[in-house]
Amino acid sequence: MLAKIIAILWKDMLTEFRTREIIVSVFVFALLVMVIFSFAFGTGVDITESIAPGILWVALTFGGVTGLNRIFAVEKENSRLEGLMLCPVDRAVIYWGKLAASFTFMMAVAIVVTPIFLALFNLPLFLPGLALIIVLASLGFAAVGTLFSALAVNTRARDIMLPILFLPVVVPVIIAAVKATAPVLAGRPWADMLIWLQILIAFDIIYVVIATLVFGFVVEE
Amino acid sequence: MSKDVAASPAVAVEVEGLEKSFGEHRALRGIDLTVNRGECLVVFGPNGAGKTTLLKILATLMKPSAGSVRLDGIDIRKEPVQIRRRISLVSHQTFLYDDLTVLENLRFYGKMYDVADLEKRIREVVAWVRIESRLHDRTGTLSRGLQQRVSIARAVLHDPSILFLDEPEVGLDPQAGAMVRDVLGTVSSGSRTVVMTTHNLERGLELGDRIVIIDRGKIVYRATRDELSQTDPRQVYNRYTEAGG
Repeated sequence: MLAKIIAILWKDMLTEFRTREIIVSVFVFALLVMVIFSFAFGTGVDITESIAPGILWVALTFGGVTGLNRIFAVEKENSRLEGLMLCPVDRAVIYWGKLAASFTFMMAVAIVVTPIFLALFNLPLFLPGLALIIVLASLGFAAVGTLFSALAVNTRARDIMLPILFLPVVVPVIIAAVKATAPVLAGRPWADMLIWLQILIAFDIIYVVIATLVFGFVVEE
Repeated sequence: MSKDVAASPAVAVEVEGLEKSFGEHRALRGIDLTVNRGECLVVFGPNGAGKTTLLKILATLMKPSAGSVRLDGIDIRKEPVQIRRRISLVSHQTFLYDDLTVLENLRFYGKMYDVADLEKRIREVVAWVRIESRLHDRTGTLSRGLQQRVSIARAVLHDPSILFLDEPEVGLDPQAGAMVRDVLGTVSSGSRTVVMTTHNLERGLELGDRIVIIDRGKIVYRATRDELSQTDPRQVYNRYTEAGG
């Protein structure tokens, strides 16, 4: 099972490495959002806790939607999704492979975008707490986004459909990520963000389990 | 040929009372079929008759609304993963990734099918479809005919006992079509069972051990090779294709 998940991840990584369709568009989008917001609100110490977390998560969330749209679009061309579905694997394996690819893309973007964000707001570059929040929130985004990307790919207006489906469902993750990021950026102790980390973990588990269970129904009919 | 074939029953494909509805539209209305091991069944019919829907259900890509399908004696609803190890589908869509090379595509599908000794097997199948010299080319750069030959290599990589062919020559020029037919002849021989849909009447009659004509989701004509010499299916085919599409 793991070998097949890795095979799907490898295939998506190799395709993306050659086309750079997802990474470049997501990166440019996220960067633009951060720069525009930093000009609009300024980058002073006073907004570090109140507005800066929101700016980071708006950039990563909307950038993520742009990338997640492509995750199954690539399988739509040439009926490749049928090729995948013909393989002798449980539908969950296909979901986990695509989830791994979505998560990797989101992390790749975060790894580039977050240091720029921290530099823009004169914050220290090494914030382990923020890294943990990004990993947990990205997993939640990827879990929901991968499922809805599969759902939206067969609709005519898939570019609009995914944000409409995705954003309301990931609101708890966005709120928890913003709330957990604020104390990290303000240099407050870990205890202040612990409850939000627990909420992120809980939603990650819920989303991954539910998406794994319903993915087969989504792609089969 | 598949290691499981010797242990498989003589009947490779059994379809009983198969129905498929999309909302109000009934795409298949009570299909009954039997194909013996090693036989080639050719399915004719006008556009929209239900040929592709039938193949998609047989290939486990779609669930039937009613009826039963057994492939190699296994119910496709109960053991879909096990069934997928024994079957393959070649359609006019190649299922290939344009930005991966031929070799990378075959390796990917080989891993998904747990193909033993994958590199050796890839060398075998690329020799059958005669694409050895293009292994390191990206599939998106290949001609449509070459892509279809790679698609055939992909389809036989795991040595399926049942091969479904859904109008594999659509979109090919006559030369590429002839080459693909030649390659399909190679991979379809032996004890491999083939179910094929086509609009090419002459080619279908030449290949088929049995033929059926489907119209509006129902079988309207069926004959074995022996019966074909006594009746002329062309008239029936022309009547339905002219009426339906």
